[in-house]
Amino acid sequence: MEKGERSRKMIWQIELIILAIVIVCGISALAVKDLLSAAILFGAYSFMMCLLWAIMGAVDVAFTEASVGAGVSTVLFVAAIFQTTRRTKD
Amino acid sequence: MKAIGLLIVVFFGGLLIYSSFEFPLWGDPYAPASTHVSPYYIENTLEDTSVPNIVTAILADYRGYDTMFETIVIFTAGIACIFLLRTFKTVEPDIRLYRHVQTGITLRIEKGGKFPEDSNDFQRLDTVWIPYALVVRTTCRLVIPFIQIFALYVIAHGHYSPGGGFQGGVIMGASMVLYAIAFDLRSAIKRISERLVTSLCALGVIIYAGTGALCMLFDKNYLDYSSLANIFGVDPVSMRSHGILIVEIGVGIVVMAVMVILYYILASAGKLDEGL
Repeated sequence: MEKGERSRKMIWQIELIILAIVIVCGISALAVKDLLSAAILFGAYSFMMCLLWAIMGAVDVAFTEASVGAGVSTVLFVAAIFQTTRRTKD
Repeated sequence: MKAIGLLIVVFFGGLLIYSSFEFPLWGDPYAPASTHVSPYYIENTLEDTSVPNIVTAILADYRGYDTMFETIVIFTAGIACIFLLRTFKTVEPDIRLYRHVQTGITLRIEKGGKFPEDSNDFQRLDTVWIPYALVVRTTCRLVIPFIQIFALYVIAHGHYSPGGGFQGGVIMGASMVLYAIAFDLRSAIKRISERLVTSLCALGVIIYAGTGALCMLFDKNYLDYSSLANIFGVDPVSMRSHGILIVEIGVGIVVMAVMVILYYILASAGKLDEGL
């Protein structure tokens, strides 16, 4: 029990940093004008979410998030941006 | 208008955050989910299905019906993308680029010109990327087989470690997308044609739903894999484990095919001719 509590406390700070990065990535992906950067920021967001799932013990979900969110969906975004203009108007 | 939008977002966001305080705490042992639902699976999964990874057992066996419709959702997404974006009218591109392989000379042929057959001597190039990409292509040639082996491992080993059909299928699809990026879209389509990919989409769903229907033929419920034990010659408990594997293979095929067809269509704007 004591060992479990200690490992929980050790992770607490990392969790906070990752959560902060998640929020920063999410907001900046919406705010940024360059669509390609938005796609990459979204990939970073997904990867941080994946770390968060892994910390919470949901390893299967973390695996899915890493492969789908950070991997293929970024590629699909880039492929879609390739067909349009890189800069957004709003 | 922007102010109203912001107001609505803040209001509903606040409502969501307020109601989230009513949720049980993370990992709360006295929450209803932990007192009624989870203990059954934790105690009985290994005896019922002989699968050590409880998540996989719940996903493909206890809640197999949910997973089947998740698979169908992915299948529908792929089909919808084909219907929306695929253009079947062939428009002749303004310019075509060919490279003479032996000399390395690039030919630029305007619309209406006479262009060479695609052969070992002449190689058609994308108009967006003309230089050689030797390092990228050789690296991808080396790496792709290992990615695919890993994808098969993830599908087959989903019973014992994190993984399963969805993840393995995505990794398999990613390896094919990597091939299409490193070479070009045409050479990827030459390897895995559009017709093959779209048939694989349907084949995966048929494998999943067909396994369920086969169970009904042997006087059990839909997706109750233990009824297939006589065909495979194993006991009903380990048959549930094998049934999960069959179903995961179906899921993997669907996900792989949908990822590839989505990339084909998005990268070439539906023309499947030139792309990223």
